[in-house]
Amino acid sequence: MTNSAEQLPGRAMLHPEMVAAEDNQAMYRDGHRLDHAEGASKPLRSRPEPQPRGAKIHGNRPIDQAEAAARFIASPEHEKMHDERLWDLRQKRDREMHHIPEWEQLRSLASAIKEHTLTHLDEYLDQFEAHARANGIHVHWARDAAEHNRIVHGILSDHSAKSLIKSKSMLTEECGFRHYMASVGIEVIETDLGERIQQLDKEDPSHVVVPAVHKLRTDVAKVFADTIGTDPENSDVHYLAEAQREATRPLILAADAGMTGGNFVVAETGTFVVCTNEGNADLSANVPKLHIASIGIEKIIPRLEHLAVFVRLLSRSALGSPMTQYTSHFRGPRAGGEMHVVLVDNGRSERLGLEEFWTSLKCIRCGACMNTCPVYRRSGGLSYGATYSGPIGLIIDPTFNARKYSNLPFASSLNGSCTNVCPVKINIHEQIYAWRRELVKRHDVPLVKKAAMKAAGELLSRPAAYRAAIASADVALAHLPRFVIYNGLNAWGKHREVPHPPKQTFHSWYKANRGGTQ
Amino acid sequence: MTSRDDILESIRASLPRVDRPLPHVPMFDEDPPASLLSAFKDSLERMGGIFLDPPASGDVLAPVRVKVASAKVVCSTVPEIAGNRDIATVSATQELADVDFAIVRASFAVAETGSVLLSETDLNINALAYLAQHLIVLLDPADIVVNLHHAYRRPEFRERHYASFHTGPSATADIEGVLIHGAQGVRSLSVLPIARIYQPQPTSPQEKKHD
Repeated sequence: MTNSAEQLPGRAMLHPEMVAAEDNQAMYRDGHRLDHAEGASKPLRSRPEPQPRGAKIHGNRPIDQAEAAARFIASPEHEKMHDERLWDLRQKRDREMHHIPEWEQLRSLASAIKEHTLTHLDEYLDQFEAHARANGIHVHWARDAAEHNRIVHGILSDHSAKSLIKSKSMLTEECGFRHYMASVGIEVIETDLGERIQQLDKEDPSHVVVPAVHKLRTDVAKVFADTIGTDPENSDVHYLAEAQREATRPLILAADAGMTGGNFVVAETGTFVVCTNEGNADLSANVPKLHIASIGIEKIIPRLEHLAVFVRLLSRSALGSPMTQYTSHFRGPRAGGEMHVVLVDNGRSERLGLEEFWTSLKCIRCGACMNTCPVYRRSGGLSYGATYSGPIGLIIDPTFNARKYSNLPFASSLNGSCTNVCPVKINIHEQIYAWRRELVKRHDVPLVKKAAMKAAGELLSRPAAYRAAIASADVALAHLPRFVIYNGLNAWGKHREVPHPPKQTFHSWYKANRGGTQ
Repeated sequence: MTSRDDILESIRASLPRVDRPLPHVPMFDEDPPASLLSAFKDSLERMGGIFLDPPASGDVLAPVRVKVASAKVVCSTVPEIAGNRDIATVSATQELADVDFAIVRASFAVAETGSVLLSETDLNINALAYLAQHLIVLLDPADIVVNLHHAYRRPEFRERHYASFHTGPSATADIEGVLIHGAQGVRSLSVLPIARIYQPQPTSPQEKKHD
């Protein structure tokens, strides 16, 4: 089939061979292919291949992200599908952005609202608590993951609850919540399709929005065949999704309690907001009588009018979809129900005091930085061996464990694309570089990376040598750190050249075309 | 010391010493679409929803009747059309598990995104909108606002305990980006534009207590 979509601006494919020959299951409205939610804008097809697994975890030892990434790259079907799908999300995001004339203004507003709120965080949390309590919500505070898990366990014990249906929450991943619940004999059922796949496969989510994006349909078929009894030979996606719906529905109906996260918390009304595409958070919250929401303290914003800014940005940035299918506002328990909110710190208040890094708390977990990152797209989220992967992970994970995640800030080419797409304007690539310096200072960086840092420092201080180095490296994005990443001292450079090197560097083009002196 | 005090104290010790004023958020409504209803329809369809065009004359509810004709269990919370499962008799959410079609009315809708707002007042039992296989929403064209900035000025967000924007049906593409409707919630969402039977009367101060 000829792929006309490929010719459209903004629809370029990285791996045209991944286009499906036919797509008789695509849905249309008014002659247009539907690609809302996480839907791909073009049909993609993979060939079966064993699934590469994530980083090897050895206690507190530094994660070797490059090692796991190398295994992902050695699985070309996985690598290409992953790369293609995330790049498609990035391009859909751009398409949405161009529909909104005030896009850049919204980003600036979002950043300013978050920075204002974070610099008055104590006041707004206090306001939220008062209003939520007045509406009948039980509000709890947890200093760390262990306290969060104990509090939730306590609430469940008070209700003799033995099973819990929940929607996806990165915070509960951070807290190791499922492992804890298993240890106290409470069954947790994830209700987001991607997260359920990951739970059944005993893997962590690999992406904050699309948790199983690193898997092929055949990987899912194998997981479901082993766990919910589907036909191992049938990897039809509609069949797999329907089988999961049918298998999960009885668990939803029988659950003793429900749990959600929270995307936003509104101080003035005591409201928390949950965004999903599947409606699974609303099932979790509205079918059992007991609803518990675990929410990081940085999710707060002052007023409803600010919520509009974030809701307009979130799904457009995440998936290139104008809105999540469900955006639900919880301001109090329903008749006959009970509602609890657990506000969790777990290192956030400490991060607020880090001069170079506190703005990472602005993050709304859209995943846009991951979708655009060339390193993330080609290495898979599980290669990071941490709760948060991709560019945002590089600057958050070291705050949890500087030694274990000391390699992560090096898994970046510092091309700045993450910063450019961030809806709340976090200077992600600058913070990545600042973490490298910080970790070297703390002696948490292996020697080989120190040598690369030193070489970078020397090269940076000599612009002519830098330009010569760039020209000889012949890479598309003529940034120094990219060259540094691609040199022989850093394992990340291996096999990772940019596919279409420009004939000229920007500098040589500028010299030739503008003819000016330096 | 409680965890609450501990956390708040830790925050106060860490607060960045920078001045960040709260910005003013404009309404971004200088260039509204010519027709809010047709803009809503376009947005709804992009998100996988179905817009039911009312017939030019005669029975305006005909498209709904056609949809539910072969359904076993229909649960309606609206006076315009009756179902065969009376929501008033439902005591546990699980009793709604066999509903094929739920019919409800939206509090309002948003043209920008194609969203309809459903709250506990509209649903009676919130789970109805998620356990049903299909959802049909009646929408008064007079209840469409231009964008989310206007939407969040609505009183529902200050009065209701639960309010959810539905923007198309339950959807996922978690496996290889293949779009599926009915991941966990409703398999389809249809919207019929139809004015409210009972227009809200302008409330005088004495009547307000009956709201």
